[in-house]
Amino acid sequence: MDGIESEQVVAADAQASGGGGAGSRTPLLELRKMSKQFGPVQALSEIDLKVYPGEVTAVVGDNGAGKSVTLKTISGIHPPDGGEILWQGKPVHIRTPKDASALGIETVYQDLALCGNLDVVQNMFLGRERTRNHLLDENSMESAAAATLSSLSVTTLRSVRQSVASLSGGQRQAVAVAKAVMWNSKLVIMDEPTAALGVAQTAMVLELTRRLASRGLGVIFVSHNFNDVFEVADQIAVLYLGRLVASLPAKGLDRQVVVDYVTSGASSRNGSQLAHADGA
Amino acid sequence: MAEDTAVEKDQPLADLEPMLPADGGRPDSASFASGGVIAFGDYARSYVAKVRSGDSGLLPVVIGLIVIAAAFQISNSHFLTALNLVNLLEQGSIFMLLALGVIFVLVIGEIDLSVGYVAGLGGIIAGKMLTGAHPWPTWMAIIVPIIACGAIGFLQGSLITRIGLPSFIVTLAGFLGWNGVMLIILGNGGTIPINNNVFDDFANANLSVTVGWVLIAALVVLYAAMLWQKDGRRRKSGLVAPPVGLTILKIVVVALAGIALALICNTNRSQIAIASIQGIPWVVFVVLAMLLLCTFILTRTRLGRYMYAIGGNTEAARRAGVNTALIRTLSFTLCSAMGGVAGIIYAGQLRGVSTNVDGGQLVLYAIAAAVIGGTSLFGGRGKAVHAVIGGLVVASIANGMGLLELSAASEYVVTGLVLLAAVTVDALTHRRASAT
Repeated sequence: MDGIESEQVVAADAQASGGGGAGSRTPLLELRKMSKQFGPVQALSEIDLKVYPGEVTAVVGDNGAGKSVTLKTISGIHPPDGGEILWQGKPVHIRTPKDASALGIETVYQDLALCGNLDVVQNMFLGRERTRNHLLDENSMESAAAATLSSLSVTTLRSVRQSVASLSGGQRQAVAVAKAVMWNSKLVIMDEPTAALGVAQTAMVLELTRRLASRGLGVIFVSHNFNDVFEVADQIAVLYLGRLVASLPAKGLDRQVVVDYVTSGASSRNGSQLAHADGA
Repeated sequence: MAEDTAVEKDQPLADLEPMLPADGGRPDSASFASGGVIAFGDYARSYVAKVRSGDSGLLPVVIGLIVIAAAFQISNSHFLTALNLVNLLEQGSIFMLLALGVIFVLVIGEIDLSVGYVAGLGGIIAGKMLTGAHPWPTWMAIIVPIIACGAIGFLQGSLITRIGLPSFIVTLAGFLGWNGVMLIILGNGGTIPINNNVFDDFANANLSVTVGWVLIAALVVLYAAMLWQKDGRRRKSGLVAPPVGLTILKIVVVALAGIALALICNTNRSQIAIASIQGIPWVVFVVLAMLLLCTFILTRTRLGRYMYAIGGNTEAARRAGVNTALIRTLSFTLCSAMGGVAGIIYAGQLRGVSTNVDGGQLVLYAIAAAVIGGTSLFGGRGKAVHAVIGGLVVASIANGMGLLELSAASEYVVTGLVLLAAVTVDALTHRRASAT
């Protein structure tokens, strides 16, 4: 609970007026003063972020604000240069994607990170193939993949043995999400999951996102699209030029406040306006 | 991403279904989750869809092979004689073995130009071990060159993956460098004769007629049993499974191929009355064994799965926790080790190694064989069996042109054109696959 800075004051205000919020539960994931540099570029400086189980935490920000870097740091692709990562209250080091998935952190990348030449089953188990006598156990993997897709109500695939290259964009997104949740994961990170989708597919993905949170998973939802964010998020964190400038509960939040934070890193609108928005 | 959007515009209804299961869902029979045996007609349709998406299967190249064989047979009636066909198999075995190696690097989307001279070097190592005052045991002269060639591949692969050099340049350097090393060892115009019978037999000797039949029968029965068990288990467990008819069809085709091979090779192909030459050449079984080994690695192990993943999307493989540098290095290692196997057979066929080894032609024929067989130069797509079928095509062209007494020059031109045609087909199917 140390490392509180000005933005948390805003968060506290918002909690007081909006009700609900994080309370004193242990966050699933907590970033403390996390920093990342690429050569001379300070991509992230002292990010503090808390993600709670059963909630969708949206991370918003303009291009280059550090959204993707934040995700990649959590998922082990770009290990942080400084700061601390706490997982269920305990400090951890996430240096590779394997470390992240060992903790139960799964990422659905913006580009989906699927291999078009492999089929749906092979993609869902990539890097974690089931084996029997050191050989690939295709039948067991196929059954498990089909079961997971069914549990997410994804039923438009002709076959789980068709190559991902032959799927539509919405189907690919569904496969990527199914891939992320089939590992008893505790935190699912979704990077711009709706960016390439039409209206119907977006609605499907947003519903899928809520379904994950209602299963008790923590979800980090990164998006440009405020409509999507306000539809799914419980908590909204705003990044501006590599710094976390606000962390607010989404319920009753004035959209314009978020716009202010995203575009200028600060908002002149005060708590009374928040309260007003809440009441409206 | 842009292409994804385009696709969705075409199929908005299909994607609407999962979010409206209650009021909009189709009957569940179309659902994949129920799995089950696919009807023959559906299977044919999905095969056509696969061909259109770039995974052409073996049918086109087999048809091409038949056309080539027919054309040469019309031009010269000796082409389809037992003697010539067995010659063709023996000549083609080198291309097939090299192509099996090349497929490991093509699948990850890289190239290896050095493997022809690495093979030559493997032959020289074997030759050096078998000659001199204290020759090594034959099995050592087989194992050591394969390991040494594998080490060369590991070295080249490490330069490519750890330093990030382009594989084209590193293996081009290997192409020149290992040729130079060969010439230094052999001396100017030098040769190393190999007079070890067991060693030479791998490339030249024939099995007895009976043993040949028994081995072919055993292989066919083994294939049938494994396929029957695998497909049967899938049908029983309700997974996506081919129809019984297709399983039987596959077994029948393989059995017929085996019988044809045995019949051709067991015909007496001696051109003089007093001596008889018959039986399946050992080298056919060397190629079959390597084909099984490579198929096993590519389809049944994590290593093979990761090679395909890297060829399809390296970044996705890396994010899935695959050690891409290690897997890519192993691809180059396996390629060069297969080059070592080819080099041993090559040295055995010639009963020695000389400075005449044309590693450049060997490697280009090997790459041509792999691509003609159906392996993609763009990575991610390829099977070990492509090397064997493609090797047959390349060997048929080389052999047929020889029978027609055309010059080596025109043989190069024709092989070049065939390679170009195969690469064009590959590029067009790749473009279509990535456009969907």
